[in-house]
Amino acid sequence: MSAGHHHDDDLAVRVEALEALLVEKGLVDSGVVDEIIRHYEQDVGPMNGARVVARAWVDPAYKARLLADGTAAVAELGYAGREGAHVRVVENEPGVHNVVVCSLCSCYPWSLLGLPPGWYKSPAYRSRVVHEPRAVLAEVGLDLPASVEIRVWDSSAEVRYLVLPERPRDTDGLSEAELARLVSRDAMIGVAQAGNPDAQRG
Amino acid sequence: MADNLDLDGLAALPRRNGELVFAEPWESRVFGLTMALHEAGAFSWEEFRSRLIDEIRREAEDSEGQGYWRAWRCAFESLLHAKGICASGELDGRTRTLAARPPGHDHG
Repeated sequence: MSAGHHHDDDLAVRVEALEALLVEKGLVDSGVVDEIIRHYEQDVGPMNGARVVARAWVDPAYKARLLADGTAAVAELGYAGREGAHVRVVENEPGVHNVVVCSLCSCYPWSLLGLPPGWYKSPAYRSRVVHEPRAVLAEVGLDLPASVEIRVWDSSAEVRYLVLPERPRDTDGLSEAELARLVSRDAMIGVAQAGNPDAQRG
Repeated sequence: MADNLDLDGLAALPRRNGELVFAEPWESRVFGLTMALHEAGAFSWEEFRSRLIDEIRREAEDSEGQGYWRAWRCAFESLLHAKGICASGELDGRTRTLAARPPGHDHG
């Protein structure tokens, strides 16, 4: 591309030029762009996915629907993705732990988790979690016994994965809303467990 | 080793969603432009994604994940050029024009 390497100041001007041209061509409206940015910065985030997980913990019929057809089940709660990808939910169970990556770029269940954190997009995570998931999880504080099978799910344009963490013990008396607060973004990516107050980094 | 994952880096700063999504305004603009054109039907997501994968691979060779939005921008420009929506030369020209504005110009 002619647009090779630029400093960030130059990039700001270049993107300004790009927007001006697209607006002049009648292809985009800057107000629409503002609204899209606001939506992704403020409306979508891990609280959406946490609500899905908590519902699955308290409602076995919902959980069954969620595992059978994630796209339809999250849409029941109003979380249809704008980008049109399918959502597949993978369940952690005793002896099985799931972790999600997009090894090629940054595919991620935006409608449920918001836009991905920086580390999810980093070359280190994308390549290493595929080849040595146990080591990567241990480095971020999730030490899994050797007896636990780790399944790595590589996202694509068509399918975006969400981990359904195990419900923490001794939470029988909690409401659905209280349960949702135990579910971190990292638990739904699979680099943490639910219910650990230290799990949500940042 | 955990530093490789940048868990405590800039991208982990808290925000309303628990995440600072964009570090620079141009990153959010290029993201919003991409989504707006995609939602308007100008291209399929896979058309964009295949270019993003290529650009991310290229960025990864000379940086450690700092170049994600730079890669996104390159992929978007490349797609617009290929689809005949906005030629690279046209964009180069407008960028030069804007860059030549005197300091303190009105952004409006």
